[in-house]
Amino acid sequence: MKQLSTKVTSNAHGQDSSYFLGWEEYEKNAYDENKNPNGIIQMGLAENQLCFDLIETWLAKNPDAVGLKKDGQSIFKELALFQDYHGLPEFKKALTEFMEEIRGNRVTFHPSKIVLAAGSTSANETLMFCLAEPGDAFLLPTPYYPGFDRDLKWRTGAEIVPIHCMSSNGFQITESALQQAYQQAQKLDLKVKGVLVTNPSNPLGTMLTRRELNLLVDFITSKDIHLISDEIYSGTVFGYEQFVSVMDVLKDKKLENSEVSKRVHVVYSLSKDLGLPGFRVGAIYSNDEMVVSAATKMSSFGLVSSQTQYLLSALLSDKKFTSTYLEENQKRLKIRQKQLVSGLEAAGVTCLKSNAGLFCWVDMRHLLDTNTFEAELELWKKIVYEVKLNISPGSSCHCTEPGWFRVCFANMSEETLALAMKRVKEYVESTDSRRSISKSSHERIKSLRKRTVSNWVFRVSWTDRVPDER
Amino acid sequence: MKQLSTKVTSNGHGQDSSYFLGWEEYEKNPYDEIKNPNGMIQMGLAENQLCFDLIESWLAKNPDAASLKRNGQSIFRELALFQDYHGMPEFKKAMAEFMEEIRGNRVTFDPKKIVLAAGSTSANETLMFCLAEPGDAFLLPTPYYPGFDRDLKWRTGAEIVPIHCSSSNGFQITESALQQAYQQAQKLDLKVKGVLVTNPSNPLGTALTRRELNLLVDFISSKNIHLISDEIYSGTMFGFEQFISVMDVLKDKKLENTEVSKRVHVVYSLSKDLGLPGFRVGAIYSNDEMIVSAATKMSSFGLVSSQTQYLLSALLSDKKFTSTYLEENQKRLKSRQKRLVSGLESAGITSLRSNAGLFCWVDMRHLLDTNTFEAELDLWKKIVYNVKLNISPGSSCHCTEPGWFRVCFANMSEDTLDLALKRLKNFVESTDCGRMISRSSHERLKSLRKKTVSNWVFRVSWTDRVPDER
Repeated sequence: MKQLSTKVTSNAHGQDSSYFLGWEEYEKNAYDENKNPNGIIQMGLAENQLCFDLIETWLAKNPDAVGLKKDGQSIFKELALFQDYHGLPEFKKALTEFMEEIRGNRVTFHPSKIVLAAGSTSANETLMFCLAEPGDAFLLPTPYYPGFDRDLKWRTGAEIVPIHCMSSNGFQITESALQQAYQQAQKLDLKVKGVLVTNPSNPLGTMLTRRELNLLVDFITSKDIHLISDEIYSGTVFGYEQFVSVMDVLKDKKLENSEVSKRVHVVYSLSKDLGLPGFRVGAIYSNDEMVVSAATKMSSFGLVSSQTQYLLSALLSDKKFTSTYLEENQKRLKIRQKQLVSGLEAAGVTCLKSNAGLFCWVDMRHLLDTNTFEAELELWKKIVYEVKLNISPGSSCHCTEPGWFRVCFANMSEETLALAMKRVKEYVESTDSRRSISKSSHERIKSLRKRTVSNWVFRVSWTDRVPDER
Repeated sequence: MKQLSTKVTSNGHGQDSSYFLGWEEYEKNPYDEIKNPNGMIQMGLAENQLCFDLIESWLAKNPDAASLKRNGQSIFRELALFQDYHGMPEFKKAMAEFMEEIRGNRVTFDPKKIVLAAGSTSANETLMFCLAEPGDAFLLPTPYYPGFDRDLKWRTGAEIVPIHCSSSNGFQITESALQQAYQQAQKLDLKVKGVLVTNPSNPLGTALTRRELNLLVDFISSKNIHLISDEIYSGTMFGFEQFISVMDVLKDKKLENTEVSKRVHVVYSLSKDLGLPGFRVGAIYSNDEMIVSAATKMSSFGLVSSQTQYLLSALLSDKKFTSTYLEENQKRLKSRQKRLVSGLESAGITSLRSNAGLFCWVDMRHLLDTNTFEAELDLWKKIVYNVKLNISPGSSCHCTEPGWFRVCFANMSEDTLDLALKRLKNFVESTDCGRMISRSSHERLKSLRKKTVSNWVFRVSWTDRVPDER
């Protein structure tokens, strides 16, 4: 055992959490409309499957882009040899313009400040290597994406200190929560190097408000630290409000080209907006040349395939496609979210009012036996095993309040979503009726729960089956 | 400055070396047969450009592979969503079989023991993270690929201790050199975790002999450490001898399925054999399940694009293609290497007798003014600026003897190679004449060299322009 590094022998990769175990259960008994109609419906995977038809249509009309050709001529050789870590210029240009378009062309992104990476998983880790020494800390608002425990900490040795957010104000970031987190880090003798937020938020599905963004910029200014804004879901905003990026705020506060702006970094990816997680396309955007320079060299460890850069530079350079896509994507996400929200409401279940993302943050506190994480876990197991829905428990996202769950809506058909809603409704109704039954039934239910718990082999060894889902 | 990590502010990325500065000079004045016939010829880039026609023919006959189709049906959606870090099963199978084919089907590779990575750059770094703690050391025979200083040490914190090889025995690894390196590490208070070799060797262009491989396996057995065999050039073997992999040796010594075999890991990539560095395809092969498991999770930071996995699984599954390719590749490499070797010989320059790789290890010791690295650098600058060839000085590869240079032959046309050899011949002849001329001319040459040196702005700051070349 001493022959392998502690990175291997510890479980710092974070994949022992229940979040990943639910995935495993799904894999054993996956729902299929025809072959397995009673199987588990996957609602724990934040994929965007709503607009593939738009991309497929584009591909059919633009065969050169996949065929490794330019104007009908093969450029295979050129692409096969292209491994420049500065990235394909036409791709970076197209990507920056796409990022600008998502922000209503209110802010400018310079291609020379973009560093490509193999997905935002790679981008976030690389930024950590650039900004934090082993033992340094970043503050993250809770709840946050479970994968950050691995991406930000595992190989970098950095630490995460949570900024506790509460349902009392819709989980918004407050000044006092920020200060408390900072002080907590100091108590733990950790040097705080920055704050990392996901905006729009995973798992909340909400955009940071202008107030929160201003608060964050002021905070990092006063503490002389960094701010990483992971804007991977920026193109999934479907509410009436526009997406406000931290870049908008820097501009509005006239902080562009200031010292502070050098400490604000944006992370992006095409995995959610375009639904292309398999293509591994992520990016870091930074105003600090040293960070851009170092991150560029580090990108050697996770370059984007030139084949993929070429395809996507053609796709994203087509402005007719991008504007149609962004608009249609928003429309379809909005409809689908509404379907989920109203389906849950019909079952007496409410969600945090959301305006972005591929999921809702669902309030099931009233279904808990007790206001504890044990009760949340029990409820979750019931939902996985009895209702046969794989959803993500809030505790896996480090939520401080039990009873919240992330439920995805964009990775399945309308019919499947409708079926899932039906199952939830039936479950809730049966739970309600049970609650109003006599004590003996209550005993019966208790023993039922006991059996459910004993059936659960609480594995603490590694789970070896997890996709890079968010 | 304190806001950025030491990984950013130090020069641990190793890109200040002259090796990379030569690349920069080339970029300013690259040779072009028509547009810039007096420009610098790139002979420092270990690319394989000899067999693209074979791949292009295959692509033309198999359009589905690049067009994201299977049997004429679009599988775009399936590929767009595929981000499983276990990799595409059909691709790993095809890779394992290709690796077996390269080794004459004498050894078996189990697809389950393969971990994909974004190039061997990523594979090597990941293995380091798995095997070494910060401060642990790996022993590497010199000369070695300059990129290892970055790939193995930069973000991992691992150290490299050289195993000094000398020209007296053709730079072969000896028992005493191994022991000396091990003791040196101990003197430096570094814990040795393993040995890493590149076989066939970069920059030597020679395959390790069976004797050396046996020595290595015995050494790691006795010291209870790891052996990483980077076999990235395994498909470029063109000599009469077969390529002997460390896997062959384990089999012959009946060490398969032993404790030792769990400490032997192979790294591979399609960047050299197939000439596809832009597609970012690398792999780790290990008999240790814990390593396979951890490396698989770490591969999240550098997954291979599903678009690329699909294309290459189709290509490599075509056994008619692979056998034709491997044979033709070897033929063309052999004839190209011969051309370089005889061209050098006619200029009175010998090379280490090589049987693999995309380069020769060239002996220019007789052209040095003094047997020093300063003289090597002087000579190199002349070759870069006067002869206008970018070749790699041995010092950048940590060679212990001055005067050796790596010269690539597979990244240019035959005509360009001939021109390069002609220029070199002219240079050597003028140098010889120079040497036979009177003292005053000697003074002239000395001042010419001085001017050359003063023209050289010895930059110690970062060079921001380097591809991931080997």
